[in-house]
Amino acid sequence: MDESTSHTVGTKTFVATWIALLCFTGLTIVAARMQLGQWSMIANIAIASAKASLVLWFFMHLKYERRLFKFLLFVPILTISVIIGLTFFDLWYR
Amino acid sequence: MEHRDYIGAKLGMWLFLFTEILLFGGMFLVYAEYRDLHAAEFHDAGKEMSVVIGALNTVILLTSSLTMALSISEIKRGMKIRSLLFQAATVLLGAVFLVNKYFEWSDHIRKGLYPNSPELLALSHGKVLFFGLYYVMTGIHALHVIIGISVIAFMLVLTLRNRISASDYVKLENTGLFWHIVDIIWIYLFPLFYLIL
Repeated sequence: MDESTSHTVGTKTFVATWIALLCFTGLTIVAARMQLGQWSMIANIAIASAKASLVLWFFMHLKYERRLFKFLLFVPILTISVIIGLTFFDLWYR
Repeated sequence: MEHRDYIGAKLGMWLFLFTEILLFGGMFLVYAEYRDLHAAEFHDAGKEMSVVIGALNTVILLTSSLTMALSISEIKRGMKIRSLLFQAATVLLGAVFLVNKYFEWSDHIRKGLYPNSPELLALSHGKVLFFGLYYVMTGIHALHVIIGISVIAFMLVLTLRNRISASDYVKLENTGLFWHIVDIIWIYLFPLFYLIL
């Protein structure tokens, strides 16, 4: 077996990740209540992305995977970003 | 020892997860565009959502992700019973999430806010779009939760029969990857539908 797949993550790391995720959930609710106007959408998406990164990095073991897996993840993320970006470019500047 | 391709198995799972990201990504694109066009109506329609139930379900799914991850680290250490308990906890939490969803949806339906209802069609265009997207996106997400629960229950049986063990656990690991992606999608759905501003 390859050592990158047999890496055992400690219970402490997972519990710490979970606590951080709960804190971010509280933070996103507070941010939504703060009436930040245009910024609240950006703040909420940023917090959601931070949470998603924590899940990917620790719960999904991406931290311990080989570089190929980390690199491949950028393909769908980049695809979606380009599609959404170009759509809004059209929507706002048509 | 028989030959096993762990890297190949996991790579295959990740590629499948990418198609899931693109599936939901398409729906997020539709949401983003209609929200941009009907910002005020999305804001008003979002007030129908219960932040308490949404937050509760977020905590439930995050916790189920923790128990899923722990079930894998326990099986790696050869702790079969502990792994089984964590898998069972994950199934249970997933079921509680669905029960909350059931109460939430039946509350909306009681108020007449379901697709094509006379009450909904009397509302403005933006609100109809908001509820349409709400039902489709949380509905397809809930379908993924149902599939996830079924697969984890199947893994429970395999672990009981020692088909998943400290020396062969890639099936459980891949199941975990699927469950975490379902969690990540909810992480985005929660602010978009419940915390809309």
